[in-house]
Amino acid sequence: MSKTVAVQLQVNGATHRLEVEPRLLLVHALRDNLGFTGTHVGCDTSNCGACTVHMEGRAVKSCTVLAVQADGAQITTIEGMASDGQLHPLQEAFWNDHGLQCGYCTPGMIMAAAALLAENPNPTEDEVRHGLEGNLCRCTGYHNIVKAVLDAAKTKGATVAQQPEVTA
Amino acid sequence: MSTGEASTQATRIAAEQTDAAPAPSNHVGQALRRKEDPRLITGKGTYVDDINLTGQLWAAWVRSPEAHAKIVSIDTSQAKARDGVRAVYTHEDLDIEASLPMAWVPPGIEVNTPDHWVLAKGEVKHVGDPVALVVGDDRYEVFDAAEDVIVEYDPLPVVTDPEKALESDSPVIHEQFATNKVSEWSLGGGDLEAGFAEADVVVERRIVNHRIAGAAIEPRGVLADFRADRLTVWSSTQIPHLLRPFLSMLLGISEDRVRVIAPEVGGGFGSKLQVYAEEVGCAWASRKLGRPVKWIETRSEGMMVTHHGRDQIDTVRVGAKRDGTITAWHSKILADIGAYQMFFTPMIPELSAFVMCGVYKTPAVQTDVVNVMTNKFPTDAIRGAGRPEATHMIEVTMDQLAQELDMDPLELRRKNFIPPFSEGHETPIGVVYDSGNYELALNKLLEHIDPAKVRQEAAELRERGIYRGIGFCTYTEICGNAPSRIVGPSGFGVQGGGWESAAVRVHASGAVTLYTGTSPHGQGHETGFAQIVADRLGIDPAQVDVIHGDTQAGPWGLDTYGSRTLAVGGEAAARAAGKVAAKAREIVAHQLEADPADIELREGRFSVRGSPDKGMTLSEVAGAAYAPENIPEGMEPGLDEQSFYDPENFVFPFGAHACVVDVDAETGKIDVVRYVAVDDCGPAINPMLIDGQVHGGIVHGVGQALYERIHYDQDGQLVTGSFVDYALPTAAEMPSFETDRTETPSPVNSLRVKGVGEAGTIAASPTVTNAVIDALRPLGVTFINMPLSPMRVWEAIQEAKGGVAA
Repeated sequence: MSKTVAVQLQVNGATHRLEVEPRLLLVHALRDNLGFTGTHVGCDTSNCGACTVHMEGRAVKSCTVLAVQADGAQITTIEGMASDGQLHPLQEAFWNDHGLQCGYCTPGMIMAAAALLAENPNPTEDEVRHGLEGNLCRCTGYHNIVKAVLDAAKTKGATVAQQPEVTA
Repeated sequence: MSTGEASTQATRIAAEQTDAAPAPSNHVGQALRRKEDPRLITGKGTYVDDINLTGQLWAAWVRSPEAHAKIVSIDTSQAKARDGVRAVYTHEDLDIEASLPMAWVPPGIEVNTPDHWVLAKGEVKHVGDPVALVVGDDRYEVFDAAEDVIVEYDPLPVVTDPEKALESDSPVIHEQFATNKVSEWSLGGGDLEAGFAEADVVVERRIVNHRIAGAAIEPRGVLADFRADRLTVWSSTQIPHLLRPFLSMLLGISEDRVRVIAPEVGGGFGSKLQVYAEEVGCAWASRKLGRPVKWIETRSEGMMVTHHGRDQIDTVRVGAKRDGTITAWHSKILADIGAYQMFFTPMIPELSAFVMCGVYKTPAVQTDVVNVMTNKFPTDAIRGAGRPEATHMIEVTMDQLAQELDMDPLELRRKNFIPPFSEGHETPIGVVYDSGNYELALNKLLEHIDPAKVRQEAAELRERGIYRGIGFCTYTEICGNAPSRIVGPSGFGVQGGGWESAAVRVHASGAVTLYTGTSPHGQGHETGFAQIVADRLGIDPAQVDVIHGDTQAGPWGLDTYGSRTLAVGGEAAARAAGKVAAKAREIVAHQLEADPADIELREGRFSVRGSPDKGMTLSEVAGAAYAPENIPEGMEPGLDEQSFYDPENFVFPFGAHACVVDVDAETGKIDVVRYVAVDDCGPAINPMLIDGQVHGGIVHGVGQALYERIHYDQDGQLVTGSFVDYALPTAAEMPSFETDRTETPSPVNSLRVKGVGEAGTIAASPTVTNAVIDALRPLGVTFINMPLSPMRVWEAIQEAKGGVAA
């Protein structure tokens, strides 16, 4: 193994210190090193968006970020979206509207949608469709995903990630 | 209209009373939220790559960059010398006796099937053909080591064009056959010659149905663990039950000691209906090394070595009278099936033949299939598997015929529709459609979309350089795989059966577990099956835990593909639950001193007819069954039943779709403006799930028509080898869909249902293609093949203008 680098990640409010190879992707650090397996990998060209997480409040494709680049950053993953057993409005809307089938793209889709609503709390259908074009879904044909995002936008609290203020 | 409203407004045709007991409660038919979702929306689903075992090693494959070559030498020394590399294997190292399976042996038909090894033996036949397997400690380092394996190739001539591959001077891919032709197969009925002789008009078209990918968003993955003489394999597969006997046979491990688990599977679309080299190779390596071995496919690998679909050149010839009456239909399919034959590779094109009559009274029909090998990865089942190809041939040609006859395409369809039937309609080729009412579906469609209005809009838009077109498709398909006596070894030639199993276990507390032999990858089995079982036992669907995808958890099953889950697996679940309910009735009758025939399921209790206060809940019955002090004389204790259901016939869903497109004549770019779908899959178990299947299915078909293409260049290099080049539709290109249903019960099963997983895909590509041709007709374009990329559309426009033709 090549030289490792010390990295500190704040994931869903908790601090994690780890030693990583400089080439380790953030998505693998989250999944393999820290066990946040809700974030998925669907391609190797940053097209599918299954790996979308929030870094410092912005949606990033964590397959395109090195763990070392995320040193010191606040990361939110799908596991950080529900708090105290209360689903995030987007999670609730995806459930209500059948916005998922196999569920593989869903965490990335929800994280991308949350970032979209944070920037644009009342999007049109067209804005939702263009806002999610970096996330691929093969099951739903997008119909119910778009519906879910539009429905979530009508719900109070949909524009913030419900990240608990916890430090470990 | 929202899809939900559409669902509730679905037309119900008087459903006849069935022999089976009517569902005594009412969860069936409701759009219940999915039981699967809470774990999936919170990141708690467990896919293969989410599972890691102590001592686990990682696998990487060295793959051929050549499409056809002799392997001169493989030098693994440098890779083996790396720290953390535990082994590097080539073909000679693998003591796997048999080739990977191909399961179609049609009686009386010769199929040239080459050996297909886990690691290439002597030659590589396509880009991506695996030549070495590297196993090591670290996920990233096995890739480094794979790059250190030095393979010397001596390139051989390559053929990627299926027509050239049949010519006598073509390079031959498998020399033992002296030809690339794999098989010739035909199915026909009626007097074709007389039909064409009778025709006033004959239309012939060369229809290319290009190669596409399944492209499930979860790549494939395998984790194999051989320990204490037992093999456990977690695989992202649609077919854990079918995989198990092949792992057993290929590795020489008794079947009872092989366990296959399909955990959460992130989509399949047919591409995970396969016995893959990587599954066998990882299992073999785990046994060899005494450690768990994991492999996770990269997307670039997946585009190369996860099976593709379609890839046909179809020649369709139809004869008709001047009034539109079809007199004869002849389809010739040339299927490019790639370099090897996988599980069902050479069988898929033949599936088209079974529905080549479409929804029409065609008196004489014939389908001839020639399969040919080229230096590409094999094709196999991809969503629809043979029926999208058939429907594309039929429905695009119907519009071409209408054009030739100068007839309205819907009038032509209505003229030829098979009249409504509820108890079977035999087509000239001997296939018996179960039930159908094609006019009803088309009429329902036209309640949502008015072609005259679209044509009015088109006239207005044309002044602005936008060409609007409308296209239709009226289809039926064949699914619910499958009646064993029809598809089995002495019938169609599948080396197995088509039944499905289910086991319903009522625990002592009254909690219920359903094990189904079907294996979901997104469809919502856990919800739909719970609804079916709950209604038969008088409980809430939340009380039914649905278990699947683990060969050790229930009886053997035949998994999920071919829109079989509900019509076959759902019926098995209903029957198993019915057996439990029957036994419960006997126990209740015995305890309450009543006649079992007088025990009815009412408001969650098995109660005596006419005395609703006298009754027992399921949990009380379970208590009595497991503490059997007071059950009928001779009755076995317990409340645990299973069913193996083999259907008598296939089921034949149908429907009518319409699409409106705008074509920019300057750029060739196509916008899908509207898409309206009316599908009939019998009475709904859960209308929300039906809509979801239809939406996704449509996009798969629209994707093929407009964007997606697996493209090999003439050297056999894969040009569209990643998601950068292989254009999956995104949310930005798709409209919202308008869906509705009609409900025509199937006489085949007691649920009266038909499958719907593939219907959208089957109908969509001709619908879109017909819409584009309709849009382009004012520009002189009368026919065009998929994929309808801006370049191809632009070229067609220029050609029609008599300008630069490509």
